[in-house]
Amino acid sequence: MQATGEKKVALTFQELLFTLQRFWADQGCVLQQPYDVEVGAGTMSPDTFLRVLGPKPVRIAYAQPSRRPADGRYGENPNRLFRHTQLQVILKPPPVRIQELYLESLTAIGIDLREHDIKFEEDNWEWPVGGAWGVGWQVMLDGLEITQFTYFQQCGGMDLDPICGEITYGLERIAGFLQDVDSIYDIVWAVEPDTGRKVTYGEMRLAEEEQFSAYSFDYADVAKLWEHLSLYESECLSLLEQAKNFEKMDQLELKRFPVLGAYELALKCSHVFNLLDARGAISVTERVGVMARIRTLVVGVARIYAAQGQQLSSTVKA
Amino acid sequence: MAEFLFEIGLEEIPARMIAGAQAELERRVVAMLERERLVLPGVTSKGFATPRRLAVVISDVQENQNPLMVETLGPSTKVAYRDGLPTPAAISFAKKVGVEVGSLRKVQTPKGEYLQAVSFTAVRTAAEVIAAELPKELAGIYWAKNMYWRAGRPERFVRPVRWMVALLGETSVPVSFGGYEAGAVTYGHRVLFGEPIVLKSPGEYEQVLAKSFVVADVEVRRQRIRKALDAVTRTVAGARWREDEELVETVTQLTEWPSVVMGGFEAEYLTLPEEVLVTVMRDHQKYFAVEDKAGKLAPHFLTVLNTEADEAGLAVIRHGNERVLRARFNDARFFWEFDQRVPLSDRVELLKNVTFQKDLGSYAAKTGRVRKLASGLAGLVLERKCELNPVALDEAALLAKADLTSELVKEFTELQGIVGGLYARAQGFGEATSDAIYDQYKPVSMEDSVPRTVEGAVLAIADKADTIAGMFGLGMEPTGSKDPFALRRAANGVVKILAETAVALPLTLGEVAAAACGQNEALAAKVRGFLAERLEFYLREARGQAYDVVKAVLAVGAEDVRDAVARAEAVTAVRGSDDFAAVSAAFKRMKNILAQAAEKGIAPGTGVEEALLTEATEKALAERSSELAASVRALRAERNYKAALESIATLRPQVDAFFDTVMVMAPAIEVRANRLALLGRVLGDLSGIADFSEIVTAG
Repeated sequence: MQATGEKKVALTFQELLFTLQRFWADQGCVLQQPYDVEVGAGTMSPDTFLRVLGPKPVRIAYAQPSRRPADGRYGENPNRLFRHTQLQVILKPPPVRIQELYLESLTAIGIDLREHDIKFEEDNWEWPVGGAWGVGWQVMLDGLEITQFTYFQQCGGMDLDPICGEITYGLERIAGFLQDVDSIYDIVWAVEPDTGRKVTYGEMRLAEEEQFSAYSFDYADVAKLWEHLSLYESECLSLLEQAKNFEKMDQLELKRFPVLGAYELALKCSHVFNLLDARGAISVTERVGVMARIRTLVVGVARIYAAQGQQLSSTVKA
Repeated sequence: MAEFLFEIGLEEIPARMIAGAQAELERRVVAMLERERLVLPGVTSKGFATPRRLAVVISDVQENQNPLMVETLGPSTKVAYRDGLPTPAAISFAKKVGVEVGSLRKVQTPKGEYLQAVSFTAVRTAAEVIAAELPKELAGIYWAKNMYWRAGRPERFVRPVRWMVALLGETSVPVSFGGYEAGAVTYGHRVLFGEPIVLKSPGEYEQVLAKSFVVADVEVRRQRIRKALDAVTRTVAGARWREDEELVETVTQLTEWPSVVMGGFEAEYLTLPEEVLVTVMRDHQKYFAVEDKAGKLAPHFLTVLNTEADEAGLAVIRHGNERVLRARFNDARFFWEFDQRVPLSDRVELLKNVTFQKDLGSYAAKTGRVRKLASGLAGLVLERKCELNPVALDEAALLAKADLTSELVKEFTELQGIVGGLYARAQGFGEATSDAIYDQYKPVSMEDSVPRTVEGAVLAIADKADTIAGMFGLGMEPTGSKDPFALRRAANGVVKILAETAVALPLTLGEVAAAACGQNEALAAKVRGFLAERLEFYLREARGQAYDVVKAVLAVGAEDVRDAVARAEAVTAVRGSDDFAAVSAAFKRMKNILAQAAEKGIAPGTGVEEALLTEATEKALAERSSELAASVRALRAERNYKAALESIATLRPQVDAFFDTVMVMAPAIEVRANRLALLGRVLGDLSGIADFSEIVTAG
């Protein structure tokens, strides 16, 4: 239902992903696979959260399924999802032309900027649990927020130098816009080449939305979730404790110390927390306390990641 | 003389910060050029700003600094000359300053005659000065939030710098900042005009940008938006766009080349409350609402674009915006319907799980306190024959916070209270109850209106006073610029409500404080003082009363807000008259005499003794002032403050004559004490409306 009358063939969901990945690969980004632990946003993947730390330049892009249990709507709401897909682009240091590159990526997916209204409106990002924040914009295309654009300033409570540019595309929103559909579930994910049959987003994902909404809101065992939280937490804390001995470790021991494992445990805690929250099991008073516990883990991991990197690079030089 | 243009190009500046930054840049550049003697005071300047640039054009900048004359004192002439010839002391002084010995002058100083050299400072060119000084000014600009972007963190600014233009006449000035050196190249609209533009001179700045799809003058852009909103709305018969100055300002600062498109939505959404629809449009989409002839919301919206397009192009953009709004309205409707499943009365229980403040407990606890407080205040109001429905007030206080558990308020937090009021109405509660819930957060600012009903006003006061008392009780009072719990705003609200409700609320600040603080008198005194301080602020800021008038009025009473306002207005109305000024000055003199006497331990008599009044003028003052005291008392009781003040001013002849002829501190002890008693009586009798000695009088 293109109002102009001239019919354009919109990209399918998967073509949208291919095109953006191709675009950023051409800009020198290494394409990473989605991280395989539950995260609430692409930023929480170690490819962003940990790689932004330290002086080493990074250019990386990846699609990240992001789970937000409280946002589930049993698949009944056409605009809200328990799990959506972000395309995350990390550019450290940010190139001077970063905004222009971003706009070119929109052209690449078939958005002729001269035919649309595009605005960069102030929107600053913050993840208090990760001691992370940045300033930036939400990018508005004809009134629709399609991207969060952030200049990452701090992570794990540490100042970043150089800072990092982070571009997060909301793939479902953009696909819905390109295909002009009113429900996410009507998005065409792929077209079978032989038959021309359209495989929709609903076909691929609706069951997951229905079942995970039910799990998060109705089935998840609260007592067990609290136990999971404690178990993951205690293991993470134990690793953080052992990391205090970095200075006594030899090169090999230091290199092999599982900071990344500790981070996964912290992410697990964050996800369990989100489930408990969706389940309505966390009172407002408890909330602050539990968030502080998770912050200790996440910020602690960021610190030991930075310390490990620093010590490894200094011993290499020495 | 040449015109000077400076432009700094940035990635999109947050809309809320642009106006302040534009003004500050202009102010700083002008001040710097003045300080450096490159422009005369009062030079003409003009600021420009868009989301991607801040600029200033200044006329008549000199090519070189005006030299500054420096006078340097040298040795005394006694040692500078011997036998009429300069000594080595004089010669080396002249050499040090860089002038001929012959040009040295002799000047008289308190220490005797000395040599003085007159020299001129070295002169730098405007370009040199600007290149050296402007970067410091840029670095000094205030931003509510700023960022680093270059490795090594060399500077912080609101967003990364992308270009700079500095043109003095036709010559560019090499100002360096943010990794760029200024030149003559600027950029037009991001999408509509991609090519770099070389500027020839400052004078063509605005025109060249206009050709590149940028309206650089904020005011021109604002007017263009207003006109476009009017024009587009006119396409629907009888329709008008809802005036919204704040939103006009925001969209003005979000666009370089604004145009307007009107979209529509399905009329079925109009069954949702207007407040919800308008909030979605305004706060979430920055759309203007449209109303029909009767002032009712129409199924249209206006959005301000940062581009221009032909009909076909506009159709695409309109379609996109309509799609987004429909999704948002669907969400709102979903929340509205979902929330109706649990009525407000059942939600009160859920408030136990919503923390108000960690040491003050849940919103259920707050609800309990506010109910009690509201009912206490209602008792006072009823006692004083002011109409109020206590049942509706209590019902409203009970349900007031229940909407915090609703999905709609979780999604649109700015609608708290309003949603509760709407739900209460939809769930069959009476108008008095639902209106009070609806208005409980009013006024949210000094500009906002106060609750419409007495019940709403009492509930709003109780809610705010409870918060203030609770926080003060925890020692979390606002300090300096820090007021994280917005307690000043809450207290301003209490004062504004007491001053402005349609029906006067017979409550004093002390009563409100006492009701909120229970038995804790020390706390009540603190809260009362805080409210009085906000009354002072209210009189000055909201009522425009002069500082001294406010002081004079509050010195004799800061309890009854409406009364303080009336007294301040009366004082302001009469303060211009000569007689009043003279009487005020005389009152100040009386107060000083009494204070000095008290300091010296000289006590006034216990009363004024007729027999001891010796002079005719003091008899006249005593007589006339006691006549006046009676009439002033009567007028004051009627609250006819202006007439009371005017009659006090008629005391001037007696006061003047008294001070002309009578010496208060007479040698005879009883006479002196009696005169002091007289002054004390005059002040006491006539200062009930304001302490006139606080009024600042000319001369």
